[in-house]
Amino acid sequence: MTYETVSSFAQSWGLVYLVILFAGALVYALWPGAQKKFDDAAHIPFKEDR
Amino acid sequence: MSWLVALPVGLIGFVGLLAASRAVDTGIYAHGFVFFIAAVLAGFFAIRKNEEITREWQASKTSQEPVYNDAIIKVGVIASTFWGVVGFVVGLVIALQLAYPALNFDLPWTNFGRLRPLHTSAVIFAFGGTVLLTTSFHVVQRTCRARLAGLWAPWFVFWGYQLFIVLAATGYIFGITQSKEYAEPEWYVDLWLTIVWVVYLLVFLGTLMRRKEPHIYVANWFYLAFIVTIAMLHIVNNLAMPVSIFGAKSYQLFSGVQDALTQWWYGHNAVGFFLTAGFLGIMYYYVPKQAERPVYSYRLSIVHFWALIFLYIWAGPHHLHYTALPDWAQTLGMTFSIMLWMPSWGGMINGLMTLSGAWDKLRTDPILRMMVLSVAFYGMSTFEGPLMSIKAVNSLSHYTDWTIGHVHSGALGWVGFVSFGALYFLAPVVWKRQRLYSLRLVSLHFWISTLGIVLYVAAMWVSGILQGLMWRAYDSLGFLEYSFAETVEAMHPFYLIRALGGGLFVLGSLIMAYNIWRTARGDIRQEAPYGVPSVAGA
Repeated sequence: MTYETVSSFAQSWGLVYLVILFAGALVYALWPGAQKKFDDAAHIPFKEDR
Repeated sequence: MSWLVALPVGLIGFVGLLAASRAVDTGIYAHGFVFFIAAVLAGFFAIRKNEEITREWQASKTSQEPVYNDAIIKVGVIASTFWGVVGFVVGLVIALQLAYPALNFDLPWTNFGRLRPLHTSAVIFAFGGTVLLTTSFHVVQRTCRARLAGLWAPWFVFWGYQLFIVLAATGYIFGITQSKEYAEPEWYVDLWLTIVWVVYLLVFLGTLMRRKEPHIYVANWFYLAFIVTIAMLHIVNNLAMPVSIFGAKSYQLFSGVQDALTQWWYGHNAVGFFLTAGFLGIMYYYVPKQAERPVYSYRLSIVHFWALIFLYIWAGPHHLHYTALPDWAQTLGMTFSIMLWMPSWGGMINGLMTLSGAWDKLRTDPILRMMVLSVAFYGMSTFEGPLMSIKAVNSLSHYTDWTIGHVHSGALGWVGFVSFGALYFLAPVVWKRQRLYSLRLVSLHFWISTLGIVLYVAAMWVSGILQGLMWRAYDSLGFLEYSFAETVEAMHPFYLIRALGGGLFVLGSLIMAYNIWRTARGDIRQEAPYGVPSVAGA
């Protein structure tokens, strides 16, 4: 395993992997049906008085 | 008290004494005794608190409602305030040393070179770190509606971290350093912090796993990212081989440019995950709590989180522009730094817009005002940072006071003010008071410290750019226009303004310490309340 094989793997598949992961996070955050779930989540701090 | 407590405490004491007896240098000799004394104190603490802690633990098991571990948060508020004042005072001392070098006193222990890491570690790790420990323990319990996991583990994390601070600070004074910025402590202190940090992660994860709330609130994601990433950074950047098992000195695994890149991968992500992600956890809980309204957009907070995580980790090479680091790596660091504009400003907008429809609260709530100014400073310093990472700008700004100004607009403005806001929020909560001793004093703190920051940052901008321009000035024959000593002399007036700004910031922190102390005593100051129009003018 040389430096070149490691770096070419990181620059191709590593990039694909991270972009897919981030796209997944975006889909999760922007999923239209999740509005109610996120509204509830935003109110979690107020379920306890202090 | 079980063997689970007695055994590690005894072991720490034994190792401390052993190290002191076999020490090959004075550093290990002194620190061996520090470990031993810490073990003795831990023993006393465990015996004295055993009944109380076990009783509360039993009560939490039978109770339907969560019984929170607030005792640790109380100690955390006191320790955070204490370290804040200490760190700011040392900062003022070294600012005055730069203006008046005689204040080095020609002694090794009070030399700028030793006091400067004492200042940076005191404010980042002692003050900032204790604030993060304290608030994360508070937020994770409230948003999971579960008691902090572990009987003794949270106390080990808290006091173990304080021991780390004492070891680091005394080490600097006695000249023990591995000369890595923000990672100065030597190998044995690094190992100790690793143990503490792993237990911290387990306590945090354990609490998340016992949560009554199905969703993990976003502030906890930021705290978790902070804990996990700091563990990774700390271990990789501190890979070293000690010269002797009973000596302080060690040698780094990496050398040359690899060492430099590892160091700034660590250094910049200490900014990104310690001073940003962790304190964003504070923002996402305490700003909505103080404003009494939910965060502006929960969806934006998720995008903010993931974008920050994906981008920050690559930005480190911008600390090494125009060095032996390959050009492509420098450009990569610069590009990712510029992309960071997006999540940073997304987060700032999310924090600020939480107040939309409730901006009038800024007039009547000085604590909220503090938090909002802090978020504004977050926006300003995360705008300035990417700007300075651009190679052409960096060729002017690097190694000058501009960098110092940038760091302090982030540290004093963002980290400092959001921490003060959280401490003001927590003081009446942990001492179970109706409210803070005085809101007028919070307002005074706000204005004095804001003035201090403005003086500090403005002075460093001017002196930094002046310095950069003087260094690159050539005459018609191609010779440097100024000698280095001339550029130093030109800085003097700005160093005085900076020291004045720092002095005001210290004064503000003393006002806060007084306010928190009176709140703890249960006093309430007789003062004109906010939001009630004055009758005198009618």
